[in-house]
Amino acid sequence: MTDTAWIDTALTSARPQAVGALLRYFRNLDTAEEAFQNACLRALKNWPQNGPPRDPAAWLILVGRNVGIDEVRRTSKLESLSDDEAISNLDDAEEELAERLDGSHYRDDILRLLFICCHPDLPATQQIALALRIVSGLTVKQIARAFLVSEAAMEQRITRAKSRVAAAGVPFETPGAVERSERLAAVAAMIYLIFNEGYSASGDASEIRKPLCEEAIRLARLLLRLFQSEPEIMGLTSLMLLQHARAAARFDADGQIVLLDDQDRTLWNQKMIVEGLALIDKAMRHRRSGPYQIQAAIAALHSRAARPEDTDWAQIDLLYATLEIMQPSPVITLNRAVAVSKVHGPEAALQMIEPLGERLSGYFHFFGVRGALLMQLGRNEEARVAFNRAIALANTSAEAAHIRTHLDRLMQDSQQGGTKT
Amino acid sequence: MLYAILCYHDEDFVGSWTREQDAAVMSKLAAVQDKLKKEGRLGPVARLLPTTAATTLRKDGAPVVLDGPYAETKEQLLGFYIVDCENLDAALGVAHDLGAANPGGAYEIRPVGLFQPGGK
Repeated sequence: MTDTAWIDTALTSARPQAVGALLRYFRNLDTAEEAFQNACLRALKNWPQNGPPRDPAAWLILVGRNVGIDEVRRTSKLESLSDDEAISNLDDAEEELAERLDGSHYRDDILRLLFICCHPDLPATQQIALALRIVSGLTVKQIARAFLVSEAAMEQRITRAKSRVAAAGVPFETPGAVERSERLAAVAAMIYLIFNEGYSASGDASEIRKPLCEEAIRLARLLLRLFQSEPEIMGLTSLMLLQHARAAARFDADGQIVLLDDQDRTLWNQKMIVEGLALIDKAMRHRRSGPYQIQAAIAALHSRAARPEDTDWAQIDLLYATLEIMQPSPVITLNRAVAVSKVHGPEAALQMIEPLGERLSGYFHFFGVRGALLMQLGRNEEARVAFNRAIALANTSAEAAHIRTHLDRLMQDSQQGGTKT
Repeated sequence: MLYAILCYHDEDFVGSWTREQDAAVMSKLAAVQDKLKKEGRLGPVARLLPTTAATTLRKDGAPVVLDGPYAETKEQLLGFYIVDCENLDAALGVAHDLGAANPGGAYEIRPVGLFQPGGK
């Protein structure tokens, strides 16, 4: 790795801890970010000459804090400090670190930094943008690209989110146990949102948004290192690894959706699968089940099947049944119906989703699944109606194109005068 | 003498590598390993999963299972090599070559007392 690449990686990996600590000192997001940026500039000058510090995060926190304090003094005096007065002129901060840094806060620092991004006043899109900017350190340009909006629009979105957070007041006291676990749950949900932004993209956008999945996994790993005994955080990390492992197989060369049954399983990333399986295995030992663990267990059953016909659909049906009890939702029932169709046939699955029609009347996947079940039953005319509705509701061109292939098949069937068995 | 070369690095740092950076480091390391393999000096090589996948069994008193790695340190044990070397200098030489391929972190070089390559 070249010198600059090394430094970039070190700055990226130190960022959550450093910005989190600086936020605790300055109690202001903008000041903390600015202090971190200044510390990074000094690192770029200092590190190539003096070699890498043993603890880059500690170095950045100390330098950032001193630069920030000078900045605050300068502003309050409305005049420049003489060089003697400034405390930020450290040639090498390394030796001072041991005494001056209190590392014991770092878990709550990082959690706080993540937590302020998922403030309930912020809409999901702003939460994600804020986390990617502040915690992950992606540039506004990178985030704008991932969301397919202009840089100016994203800049505005982030600025608006920041002022909302500032107005709401950031919780600086060290959280109690209950509060900490509430924060953890909110942060986990936000990380999963980031992942889904990347995962649900299709076609050209899937390539552009893949980094979102990777960033979400990185954040989950970070959280898991801080809170090592939380089975739901293990479950979340496992779930994302197992889902993302299929990334290369989910779309064909033309960007068309490839369904699980039709995917080339040799394209699945075995390294991610192995880690995902190890994590869910470890989580289950705690016997404290939760929605992320159940979803990870479902993903694990898919990952373990070498061929589609090896999939343990009966177990998947049971897991969805458990998930339905934990988090009753028509979308979960819809997913369960797919498992039911494999175990008990399309008729049983169709009966299961019939009552969902009203609540899912605007949901693309409802009509996609319904159409596929009707097609399996040879009820082609009804299938056609369902597929047409699905196309009208498609979120992406890849989704619409996928449904059109079904319609084409129906068309061929009717031209041949036969029904599909 | 067999030497174990234990690979320590900051997991946050290694975890922040892009896939391309990771692959580049691995292929550089493979070049060093190939040389040792040709000389018949390379034993088992392991890259461990992240410490988030680790579980620790404390066996003082009643055995207790804990999540996470044994030691909470800035740098974690990420993998190891077993290499056949004439002496410590030779083992340090190998570690030096590996380090040139993958800078940062540290290698701990430990002479191996007992080595059973397989269960049979």
